[in-house]
This record gives sequence, C-alpha cells and structure tokens, in this order.
Amino acid sequence: MRRYELVIVGGGPAGLAAAIAAADRGARNILLLERDQYLGGILNQCIHPGFGLQYFREELTGPEYAARFIAELPKYPQIEISRRSFAVKVTARKEITYLKPGCCETIKAGAVIMATGCRERTREMIHIPGDRPAGVFSAGLAQKLLNIEGLLPGKEVVIIGSGDIGLIMARRLTLEGARVKAVLEIQEKSAGLTRNVVQCLEDFNIPLYLRHQVLKISGRGRVAGVTVLNMQENKTFELACDTVLVSVGLLPERDIFADLSGLPGLFVCGNADKVYDLVDNVTRDSKKTGFLAVEYLRSKNAE
Amino acid sequence: MIYDILIIGGGVTGTAVARELSRYQLSIALLEKEAELAFGVSKSNSGIVHPGTQNPPDSLKGRLCVRGNKLLRGLSREIGVYFKQVGELIIITTAADLPRLQKLLSDGRKLGVRGLRIVDRKWLAKNEPNLSSAVPYALYAPTAGIISPYRLVYDLAENAAANGVEIFTDQLVTGVKKGRGFIVETTRRKFEARFMVNAAGLYADEVAALYGAADFKITPRKGEEYLLDKKRENLTRHIIFPLPTDKGKGMLVIKTSDGNPMIGPTAEDIEDKTDLSTTAEGFRKVTDSVREMAPCLDTRDIIAYFAGLRPVSGADFIIRAETALPGIVTVAGIQSPGLTASPAIAEYVVRLLRKAGLNLRRKKHFQKYRPATSHLFASSVRRIRGLLERDPSYGDIVCRCELVSAREIREAVRRGARTMDGVKFRTRAQAGRCHGGFCTTRIMKIIAEELKLPLTAVTKKGAGSELVTGDRRAPV
Ligand SMILES: Cc1cc2nc3c(=O)[nH]c(=O)nc-3n(C[C@H](O)[C@H](O)[C@H](O)COP(=O)(O)OP(=O)(O)OC[C@H]3O[C@@H](n4cnc5c(N)ncnc54)[C@H](O)[C@@H]3O)c2cc1C
Ligand SMILES: Cc1cc2nc3c(=O)[nH]c(=O)nc-3n(C[C@H](O)[C@H](O)[C@H](O)COP(=O)(O)OP(=O)(O)OC[C@H]3O[C@@H](n4cnc5c(N)ncnc54)[C@H](O)[C@@H]3O)c2cc1C
Repeated sequence: MRRYELVIVGGGPAGLAAAIAAADRGARNILLLERDQYLGGILNQCIHPGFGLQYFREELTGPEYAARFIAELPKYPQIEISRRSFAVKVTARKEITYLKPGCCETIKAGAVIMATGCRERTREMIHIPGDRPAGVFSAGLAQKLLNIEGLLPGKEVVIIGSGDIGLIMARRLTLEGARVKAVLEIQEKSAGLTRNVVQCLEDFNIPLYLRHQVLKISGRGRVAGVTVLNMQENKTFELACDTVLVSVGLLPERDIFADLSGLPGLFVCGNADKVYDLVDNVTRDSKKTGFLAVEYLRSKNAE
Repeated sequence: MIYDILIIGGGVTGTAVARELSRYQLSIALLEKEAELAFGVSKSNSGIVHPGTQNPPDSLKGRLCVRGNKLLRGLSREIGVYFKQVGELIIITTAADLPRLQKLLSDGRKLGVRGLRIVDRKWLAKNEPNLSSAVPYALYAPTAGIISPYRLVYDLAENAAANGVEIFTDQLVTGVKKGRGFIVETTRRKFEARFMVNAAGLYADEVAALYGAADFKITPRKGEEYLLDKKRENLTRHIIFPLPTDKGKGMLVIKTSDGNPMIGPTAEDIEDKTDLSTTAEGFRKVTDSVREMAPCLDTRDIIAYFAGLRPVSGADFIIRAETALPGIVTVAGIQSPGLTASPAIAEYVVRLLRKAGLNLRRKKHFQKYRPATSHLFASSVRRIRGLLERDPSYGDIVCRCELVSAREIREAVRRGARTMDGVKFRTRAQAGRCHGGFCTTRIMKIIAEELKLPLTAVTKKGAGSELVTGDRRAPV
C-alpha cells in the first residue's frame, strides 16, 4: 500500500490552498485527489467577477481566481495531483480508497484533509409538490449547463429561493436572452448578498417577491408553470414558465467521512466544513487547515 | 411480415408475457407507446413481491400472486435481477382486532401462502425494534420480498429480445382491424399478426375499445410514495402494513431493493390517466399514518417522491380470451399485486392463447439465462478491480452520490435507455441525494454521443421533455 504524509480530497479552492500551505510548512509528500479532470472545483463555472477582492485586492472571475493557485503548483514537486480520481471510502485508519479510470487503489495517509465542497439542496428536500417534468434545475446545475457546456436551460424562468447562485443565474440567464419572470423567496429578506440583489436583480428589473411560497410545480413533459402563495395577502396565483431554478441553500458534502468526526488527523476545510459566501475566506481558512495538518504530523512524529 | 403474436404494452405484464412466449417457436413483436419500456404503471410502484395475503381466497389475483411469488425467485436468478426475501408484518394497534388478523391468516393459508404466523409483542420487540410499542400483534409473512420493478421489466425485455422478440418503442397503437389476422395501426406504421395480447395497463380499456370490447372501464387510483435517504436503510427490518381496508393495503413502510426505505402509497381515485402529481395532502397523509407505526420517522430524510396510478377495474384482474374475437387475449385491471403476479399472469395468458389455437412448439435453443448487469454500488473492492481490468471506464465516476461509472451509463444506453429517466432507472445515476446536480451534463453527453443526437434532443422521458432549450455554441 502506498503511503503519503498527507492526502487531500478535493481540488477546489479549499484543497488547493490547504495543499500549498502544507507544502510551505514542510510537508514532504502530499497527494491531492480531484474527481474532475480540472482543478478549481465549483469556481470553474463561476465566470462572473467578484472573486479575490479581499485576498488579492483585485476583482477576478472564478476561473481566474483558481488559476492563481493552479499556477503555483509547478513550484511544488512535493504535491502530487491525481485528477479524475474519486475518493469512495475513508477509514478510521486513514486508509483511502479511490477510483480513477483503470484503477482502484487504497492508500495510507498520515493525515487527511477533506475539501469535498458542498452540494445544493433540492426541490425534493423542501417537499415542493406537483409534477416532475423536465426543466426543474438546481441553480448550480443551470450555471454549469450554461457556463461550462454552453447550453441554455430555458427561456421563461422562475427562480425559487434567493440564494446567491440563484441571483447570479437570474442575471446570467437574462444576458443570454431568457426572461426571468420572478425570484420567489419564502422569507422576509433575500438569502443572498445585498450586492447581488442590486447588481443581479434590480439592475435588470427582475422582480423579487418576498414572503411568497411555491405550492406546486406543473407540467407533463416540460415545466408549464408554478402555483404561488402570496403569504402576506394569503392569495394564490399562477406563473407560466418553462423552467424552474431552485436556489434554496447548500449542504456540506460529508457523506464519505460522516462516521469519522473527531478522528485525530482528519481535517475538514472549505465548503465541506461550513458553507462560505466568499471564496476569499475559504482560502484564508483552508491555509490554516493545511498548517494544522502539518503540526499534527510533526507532533505525531515527535511521539 | 405477419407476426404470430403482437403484444401491446411494455410494462411488466407485456414483457413477462413476451419472455414466456419466447420459449416457443413464434415470431413476436411488442409495441410500447412511450420512449422506453416500463414508463407506465410499472415504473411507479412499491416494488414489493407480495406473499399473497390481503387477497380474497377465491380471487384470481390472489392465486396468481401466490404463484408469482414462487416463480419470481427462479426467474430473478435466470434473468439476473436482484430479488431479496425480507418478510412482512401486518400490524394491528389494538388487541380487539386480533380476529381480523386471524381471518387474514386463514385466508392466506387457503391460498397456499407458506410460513404465515401471528407474532406477539415480545417477538416484535426483539425482531422489529423501531415499530411502535403500541402494536400488540402482527401477522408475519416471511415470503414477502423486494425487487426493482423497472429493472425487472428491462431484464425480462432483454432476455426476451435475446430469444428473438422484436421490441418497438414510440409506437402508440391507434387502431385494430380484422384482416386475415389482425392489423394493428400505430402512429408510425402497421403491424400484422395472427394473435394479439392487450397488456396496455391504464389504457387497456381504450385499446380494448379499438377491437370492440368496450365492456369495462379503467379508473386510475393514485398512490403517492416518498423515498428516504439510504442512511435510514434500517428504519425497519420488514415491510410493515396496517390492516387492509376495501380501498387497499393502506400506507406502508417499505424496503426497496436499492436500500432506500419508502413510505406510502396513498389511494385516491382520480379521472386523469396522466396525472402523476404529488400533493401536500398526500405528503401529510403518508407521514402522519407512517408515524403511528414507526414513530422515529424524520421527514428531513425524504429525498424523492413520485406518484403511480393503479389501473383499477372492479376488484379483481380481468384476464380473458375474447370469444367474439378469437385470437385476442385481454389483460386488464392489473392493479396490485400485478408486479408480483406477472410471471404467473404470463403463464395464464399463454394457456389462454394455446386454447385459442396458438401452436406452441418449444425452441431448441431457448436462452434461459441473462448475465446480471454489473453495478459498482453493489460490488466489493475486489470485484471492482476485476471490472476495471475488463474496462478502465468503470473507474470513471459520473454519479458520485450513487457511485455510477461512465461505463455503466454507456452500457445502459446500449441496452436500450433513450432518456435521462431510463438511465436513472437502470443505473441509479441521478437517483441520490443531489438529484443529478453534479452528473446531469455528463449523462446528457453520453446519451447524445451513443445515440448520435444533438444535446438539445436529449430528453428526461421522451419527446416534449427536452432538458435544454438551446445550444449557445451553435453557429448563429
Ligand atoms: C454552484 C455554486 C456556485 C457558487 N458561486 C459562488 C460565487 O459566485 N461566489 C463565491 O464567492 N462563492 C460561490 N460559491 C461558493 C464556493 O463554492 C466557495 O466559495 C468555494 O468554491 C468552496 O471551495 P471548496 O474547495 O470548499 O469547494 P469546491 O469548489 O466545491 O471544490 C470541491 C472539490 O472537491 C471535489 N470532490 C468532492 N468530492 C470528492 C471526492 N470524494 N473525491 C475527489 N474529489 C472530490 C470536487 O470535484 C470539487 O472539485 C458557489 C458554490 C456553489 C456550490
Ligand atoms: C402506487 C402503486 C404501488 C404498487 N405496488 C405494488 C407492489 O408493491 N407489488 C406489486 O406486485 N404490485 C404493485 N403495484 C401494481 C403494479 O405496479 C402493476 O400491477 C403493474 O405494474 C402493471 O403492469 P402492466 O404491465 O399491466 O401496466 P403498465 O406498466 O402500465 O404497462 C402498460 C404499458 O402499455 C403502454 N400502452 C398503453 N396504451 C398503449 C397503446 N395504445 N399503444 C402502445 N402502448 C400502450 C403503456 O405506455 C405502458 O407502458 C402497485 C401499483 C401502484 C400504482
């Protein structure tokens, strides 16, 4: 079984920052496993500006922000990158099994950092009843379809929930010629950053309905519309649309290490630890995690 | 060409009949109106292989259910579909209902259900700890099992096809005329055959009307079901039923072959045969009544839901040779336990066809076995290594929630998947917690590549359910 001092699972901004920080502190052999064929994680689909204002004091897009870290990697021969490598199992003995094309390997790690990011909450998790037609997407999936694949998810769009990804997608879809008819939010205020409400909705005259609940999604083949309850006036109305985006929050992706919380030498950073609004803070905190992992390895060696 | 037999309907009934007939020297075609098989009633049900209790002892469906339960065990081995015997408990909440349980026991025994017995609180506390302690007795039926309903259909169809059955999808039957045999018109072409089996599920009445047998009507009875996260696999050890009523078997705690527990179904008579919507009311009914049986239910564990429509026509199955139109067998009103009964229904239909004059000669080289499809999620690390040696793309993971590789998805398309739902039913990709958030684009690309379609033509479940509305990369 191959051994590494440190294994990092996930090559998004969190994993990248942790790897570089650990190498800077003296870790000598690090393996970074990334499921995708590209490093950068979710940043690759965030082609809008607004990243790096704190960390680099300039305004970058998501891919540009990630590229700053990826460009550093050649300076670190001690960091081995394994792409298209999906970690399927982590044990209490810090043995990690991963799959990649043509290979299923188990490796042993001195310390492990989980930087697996998050996933989006779905329509099903908030129990919206009705039909199950094509055209219901999580906001992040719509972002990926449009920004990575160049595919337009729909033409007449209603967005459920006012999380940041939903707000950003409202603007993005409008720029691509789709009509965003409404952003519906059950709470009294938007879940997103104020700058996104202003720049993504108000600047484009996209209505944000607060205290509005979606009661039903209708449509047999493709989405035909939604039934909405105005909670203040207790009135319902219909909105016709061919697409529904769901932007109702993110959940840390911790399934493969859910049973290992508190295990000495297992660290978690980035969105896998808690959901961050700003990637700059992910970088800051994940560097600390990289340092902590090296400290752990040193203290273990001292024993 | 004139087929010996045409089967209308590619659900579990039609495909079971096709597979049974494929033992004989016959030319057979199966016609399905949807883009894929199993897109009717057979995709949305509880997946329970019923033991045969809860049916009147003199009913056809009771007899066929008990026989089907027996046959499915061997059949599942032959065609490589996963079947597991888990046992069921029919519970009562007051000891005063004990006589009703005893009636079910004696009815079941009359039907030949094996192993039935009444168990008490002590047995329940030990063997079903999450069950409400208010349950004094239950009827235990050890022969109840679980199976994946759509994979059963796909595997039956694949084995039937390997034995020569021709399968046509996207073929809505619109007319039946009398020729030398029967001329069946679809939206695309004509088929001719000497014999015909109507296994059209919810639409069996409308298809029967095409050949003048308009003496029954099918009413859809909606059942909403709610799936829980696999983490809760051990919510219960058995399938749990309340006492049945005239409306059906009631709301259950179900185990599914993929590990997710499921709760439901409701039973609501409706008009519209295409209404598969779930409702806030259904959600409440299911969760309220299941909480009475399993108080530890947490609705936050619900990861998916759907509704299915039972094709109801009276209390029993209608399976008959049309005497006015020799050569036609009608199979209608196949509500629950139609999935369980399917192999027995197939035997019964073949007997009716023989009586109607169909000449049955066994094939010399009937391929009884179909190698089981490999699923990473059900494989050990050792087995995964073996698969990787066969094809490196078993290591290319597309669906991370359910651990599905590019190879499995490609294979599903090569075996007949045409849509995103078809891939999901066959492989489980998109069926997990994130509901395709990460893997949708990859699956779309594999489907498009394999079927040589533009990405804009990839659908969720057939024409009219295209996933995206435009390709921005296309030259303007
Ligand atoms: C859809 C979406 C849009 C967002 N938009 C913005 C935005 O506009 N602005 C902003 O500041 N923040 C945004 N965020 C927040 C952003 O995710 C974080 O700031 C940052 O990307 C989190 O970094 P991370 O490395 O923790 O996670 P991620 O960037 O998600 O990276 C996790 C990586 O781990 C890999 N991985 C996961 N599991 C495994 C495994 N088992 N084996 C191997 N590899 C694995 C994944 O492939 C991925 O590359 C968005 C988040 C999402 C989900
Ligand atoms: C909520 C629910 C739970 C259930 N639970 C269970 C259970 O746990 N155990 C059990 O044993 N049974 C159960 N059942 C019953 C079981 O699902 C059905 O009995 C069975 O699936 C019926 O199969 P079928 O092939 O007859 O019908 P279908 O699967 O509907 O097949 C008929 C096919 O014919 C096609 N068709 C219709 N009209 C035409 C036409 N004009 N031209 C061409 N094709 C046509 C349809 O598209 C369809 O694919 C349940 C049912 C429901 C609704």
